[in-house]
Amino acid sequence: MSNIPETGRTPRVQIRLVVIQVLVLSLLLTLGGRLWYLQIRNGQEYTDEAKNNHVQQVVQPAVRGSILDSRGVPLADNETRLVVSASRTELMKMNDDGKAVLTRLADVLDMKPKDVMDKVRLCDAKTPQPCWNGSPYQPIPVTDEATTQQALQIRERAEDFPGITAEPTAVRRYPAPGLANTAQVLGYLSPVTDDEIAKAQDTDSPYLRSDQVGRSGLERTYDKELRGKAGVTRYEVDNLGRVIGQQRSDDAQPGANVITSIDARVQAVTEYELNQAMKAARKEMDRNTNQHYKADAGAAVVMEAKTGRVIAMASNPTYDPNSWVGGISAKDYAKLTGKKSNFPLLNRAIQAQAAPGSIFKVVSSAAAVNAGYEFDGDYPCPSSYNVGSQVFKNFESRGYGNITIGRALEVSCDTVYYGLAHKEWLKDGGMKPKKDAKNWFYKTAHQFGLGAETGIDLPNEVTGRVPDREWKQKYWEANKDAWCKQGKKGGTYVQQLAYEGCLEGNLMRAGDSVNYSIGQGDTLVTPIQMATIYAAIANGGTLYNPTVGKAVVSPDGKNVRQIAPKSHGRLPMSKKTRDQIDEALAGVATRGSAAWRFGGWPQDKIPMHAKTGTAEVYGKQTTSWFASYTEDYTIVMTISQGGTGSGASGPAVRKIYEAMYGLNPKGEQNLKKALMPQPQVALPTIEPDGSIDAPKIAPYEPPKDPLDEQTLAGPPASPVRRD
Amino acid sequence: MAGTGGFSVSGYGPERGTWAKLAARDSVVRRLDWPLLFSAVALSLLGSLLVWSATRNRTQLNEGDPYFFLVRHLLNTGIGFALMAGTVWLGHRTLRGAVPVLYGLSVVLVVLVLTPLGATINGAHAWLRIAGLSLQPSEFVKVTIILGMAMMLAARVDAGDQTYPDHRTVAKSLALAVVPMAVVMLMPDLGSVMVMVVIVLGVLLASGASNRWIIGLVSAGVVGAIAVAALGVLDEYQINRFAAFANPELDPAGVGYNTNQARIAIGSGGLTGTGLFHGSQTTGQFVPEQQTDFVFTVAGEELGFLGAGLILFLLGVVMWRACRIARETTELYGTIVAAGIIAWFAFQSFENIGMTLGIMPVAGLPLPFVSYGGTSMFAVWIAVGLLQSIRVQRPMSA
Repeated sequence: MSNIPETGRTPRVQIRLVVIQVLVLSLLLTLGGRLWYLQIRNGQEYTDEAKNNHVQQVVQPAVRGSILDSRGVPLADNETRLVVSASRTELMKMNDDGKAVLTRLADVLDMKPKDVMDKVRLCDAKTPQPCWNGSPYQPIPVTDEATTQQALQIRERAEDFPGITAEPTAVRRYPAPGLANTAQVLGYLSPVTDDEIAKAQDTDSPYLRSDQVGRSGLERTYDKELRGKAGVTRYEVDNLGRVIGQQRSDDAQPGANVITSIDARVQAVTEYELNQAMKAARKEMDRNTNQHYKADAGAAVVMEAKTGRVIAMASNPTYDPNSWVGGISAKDYAKLTGKKSNFPLLNRAIQAQAAPGSIFKVVSSAAAVNAGYEFDGDYPCPSSYNVGSQVFKNFESRGYGNITIGRALEVSCDTVYYGLAHKEWLKDGGMKPKKDAKNWFYKTAHQFGLGAETGIDLPNEVTGRVPDREWKQKYWEANKDAWCKQGKKGGTYVQQLAYEGCLEGNLMRAGDSVNYSIGQGDTLVTPIQMATIYAAIANGGTLYNPTVGKAVVSPDGKNVRQIAPKSHGRLPMSKKTRDQIDEALAGVATRGSAAWRFGGWPQDKIPMHAKTGTAEVYGKQTTSWFASYTEDYTIVMTISQGGTGSGASGPAVRKIYEAMYGLNPKGEQNLKKALMPQPQVALPTIEPDGSIDAPKIAPYEPPKDPLDEQTLAGPPASPVRRD
Repeated sequence: MAGTGGFSVSGYGPERGTWAKLAARDSVVRRLDWPLLFSAVALSLLGSLLVWSATRNRTQLNEGDPYFFLVRHLLNTGIGFALMAGTVWLGHRTLRGAVPVLYGLSVVLVVLVLTPLGATINGAHAWLRIAGLSLQPSEFVKVTIILGMAMMLAARVDAGDQTYPDHRTVAKSLALAVVPMAVVMLMPDLGSVMVMVVIVLGVLLASGASNRWIIGLVSAGVVGAIAVAALGVLDEYQINRFAAFANPELDPAGVGYNTNQARIAIGSGGLTGTGLFHGSQTTGQFVPEQQTDFVFTVAGEELGFLGAGLILFLLGVVMWRACRIARETTELYGTIVAAGIIAWFAFQSFENIGMTLGIMPVAGLPLPFVSYGGTSMFAVWIAVGLLQSIRVQRPMSA
C-alpha cells in the first residue's frame, strides 16, 4: 500500500501532538465555559437588554377629562383640532430623508419648508428649538391648526404625502362659560419634565414624554383622575427602526371628569363684581394718603355654609388660562410671572394673606367668652385706650359708653377688645409669661383654624399666621441679627422698630396683644380661612375643609365617586355663644357698620349676617374685608389697598347675593331670575357616550339702573362706624 | 462483515463491482473517517440554517430572495464536498508533487488582490473580483502554506535521512510561509495573518523542529505584537477593534456596537434559545455581518446553549478526529499537514466564537463550515479531504 518507507514515530513529535490536542481541548472548554456564563448565568440580563433593543412604543395620548361646574357646564374641556403629523420612521426610509415630502407639506400648510423640517428634527444638545424631544417612533406634530381644507388635501393625495397624517386630536380648552374665567381655580397644564418622568417611572401611572401635567389649581389636584391612561402600541423594530411586527397594544383610556361645586354663573358674577368693586375703589380718595385707592389685588369666595363647598372663587388680577394651551410663549410667560402684572397666577383666595382687621373680632369675642367674660356684660367703649404711654384709638375716635360684646361686634368697637386683651395679657404674666398662661386669645384663634391650612382641594394653600408667643420667639431668633444691625434708637420709624425688635422682639408686649385682638399687627389670614370660619358660624360650628371638587365621574358616566365634605374641627364656642354672635352679626347688617350698604335688604326672608373689616398695613393703604353669610351661603371678599370693608367690598358682596337669590336692589325677590336660591345638590348626568346635558348660560348682566346711594342706604345713616 | 460470510457477494474475485469495491475492507470508503465527515457535513448544514435565518430579512443583501443565501451556502457546501472527494481521490501524496505549483498559484492570487482587481469588503482589502465572483485568496494560502511547509520539512525525514528537520530546512520553510503572509498583512487582513502564524506554529511543533525554533518564534511574535502596537503601524480602526472586545463602551458606535449586540444576542438565547427564525436580535438585524463572521450569534440566540454547544461539540469532534489522524499516520508529511489543519481550525474557531462571546478581539474571520463564504468553505473542505486522504493512505500497521 505504501511506497514510502515507514519511519518510526519519534517521541518528540508524539508528545507535541498530545500537547496540541490538550491545547485544542482547553480552547474548546474555554468557549464552552464562556457560553455557559453568558447564556445560563447572565442570560436574563441579556434577554432584558434584547427586549429594550427591539421594542419601540408608540403612544396614543388619552383624552383628558373635563372639569365641570355643578350643573355640568364645562369649565375646562377639549376641542378637536386638526393635527398634521409626520412619521420620522417613514421619512427616513426615503432616499432624501423625506425632504421632498416635507417641502410639499410646507406648501400645503403655508409654512416655510425650513420651519417644517426643524419641527421634525430630533432634539439633542446641539439642536436649538424647535425640535422634537419625544420618541422618534412617535408621529411628530407639525401643526395643530390645520384647516379642514388642508387636511383634505393631505389625505386625498396620500401618495404625495407618505408618512404624513392629518388627524383630529383633542386639545385642552378653557371656554369660560358666561365669562366665568375661573383661571386660578382651574390651573393649567404644561409638558412633563425629565425629572418627573424619572420619578414616576416605576409607579402605576408613569408619564409619557408627550404628557401634559396639571401645574396648579384643579388640573393639578385632580391630575391623576383627569389624565386617564395613554394607549401604547409596542412595535418590534429592526436595527434601522423599521417595524417588523406588532407586539401588544393597550387602547387609550380617557380621563375621568371632575364635577365641581363651582356654579359658572355665580362665578361670573363674583369675578365681575370683584373687578367692578376694585374699579370703583380706584376712583375713591384715600384720606390718609391723599391718593386714589390702588386696589391692586382682590379675592372673593362664595361658599355653601353647610358643606364648605366652594361655589365661586375669584382672584384679581387674572389671566386667560388658554394662553398655556399648546405651549406658552416666552413673552406670555414673562407677563404672567412678572411683578408688573402683579402675579395673576396667584390664587389670592388661598394664597394671599393679610391682616384681617375687624372681621377677626368674632374670634376675639369667642376668646373673651372662653376666658370667662360674660357676652352680655358691660364693657367700656371709650374713644381711646391707653397702654402705658401708648394710646390706642377707636376708629374715628368715637366712644359708645358701656356696651355688650354683641354691640361691640355690631359697631366694631376696638377699645372693648383692647381692654379685654390687655387684661388677659396681664393675667398671663405680661412681659414675663406664667408657665400656665392661658393665652385665650391665641389659643382660640388656633381653634378657629387660623395659622393652618384649611385643607381645600387646591394646591399650595398658605397658612396665615397667629402671632402668639411661640411665633414671636421664633421670628425674633430668625431676624434679630438683621434687626440689631439695622436698628437705631431715635432713628426713623423703621429704624426705631428694628431697634425695639432687637431688644425685646421675642417678648409679647401689651401693645402687640392689644393690636392683635382687633386683627391687626402681625396677624395674617387668607380669604378661604375667613370663609371657613364664617361658614362655621352659620352652620352651627363645623369647620369644613373647603372643597371645589364634588365628584369624579368616569367618562361614560357610570362610575361616580362623590367627594364628601370633611371637617377639620368645631368652633370653640357653645351654642349659646354661637347664637349671640349670630345675632350680633345680623345686627351689623341691620344697624351696625354694614347697615348703610344693606338698605332694603329683605332681612325677614333672607337674614343677612356680616362683618366689615378695614385692616391697616404699614406703608400701604388699608385692606378692605367683608365677611358675610345667610342661611345657605357664605361670601368673603377682600381688596388689597381698597379702602374700608363696607365701602369697597360691601356693595359687591350684596350684588352677588342679589344675583344668587334673584333680588332687585329694593329687596324684591324674583325666583325666576335667581341663579341659586338653594345650593345645587344633584350632580349633572354624564351620558354613556360621554356627552353632558349642560344648561346653556348667558353672561351675567349687572343691574342696569342701580338706585342712587341714598336710597340704597335706606334710613338716614345711623351714627355708626362704616369700616 | 464483507467477505467473511458464505452468502456474501462482495469481497472476492478480481472483477469486483463498484459497490463491492467501495465496501471492500481496504476500500477508500471503508477507511474514511466517518465521524469527521459526519461532523463536517452537520456543521455545514447547520450553518446553512443559521445563514438562512440571518439573511432572510436582509433585503438589501439578498436581492429580495429570502433563500438567496441558503441556496448559495448549500451550493458552496456541495462544491466543497466535491473538492474534498477530489482531494481524497487524488490523495495527499499525489498532491505533494503539485504543491510547488499550488503554492505559486496561491501567492500570485494574493498578490493580485493588491492590484486593481482587488476589492475591499468591511475595511479589509482581501478580495478578488473575477467574473462576478468574489474570492478570498488568503483562505487558499492557509492550505498551501501547510502543504508547502510540510513538503519541505518532511522530505528528508520521510526519506529516512533525518530524525528531525534541520535548521536550514526549518528556516527555508519559514521563508516560504512569510512571503504570502507579508502580502496578506499588506491588505491588511490581520485576522488571516494571525491564523497563519498559529498554523506555522502548529506545523513546526508537529515537524519535530528544535525547541529553539518554537520558543524563538513565540518570543518573536510577542515582541512583534508589542512593536506593532508601539510603533503605530496599525490603523486606528484596527486598534479600536482590538480594544473594544473587552470594553464595548470604548467604541459604542463601531466595533463596540458589534460586540455588544453579539453578546446581547447570545446572552438572550438562554438554554434552549428563541427557536429558529424567532430571535429578535437576528430578525431585527441588530448584529452586523451575522451571516459571516458573527454567524455564531444566530445559534446562540435562536438555538440557545444547547444549539451553540452542539456547534462547539461538532467542532470538537472534527479536531479530535484530526488529532487522531495526525497521531496514527506514520509518515511525517501527513502528521504535519494534519497538525497544520488542526492549528488552523482550532485557532480560527476559537477566535471567531471568542469574539462573539467577548473574550477575543474582533477580527474578520469566518467560522469553519458554518459561516457563509465560498472561498472559506472550499478551503476547509479541501482540508477535510487532506485529512481523509492521510487516514485513507496511512501505512497499514501489519
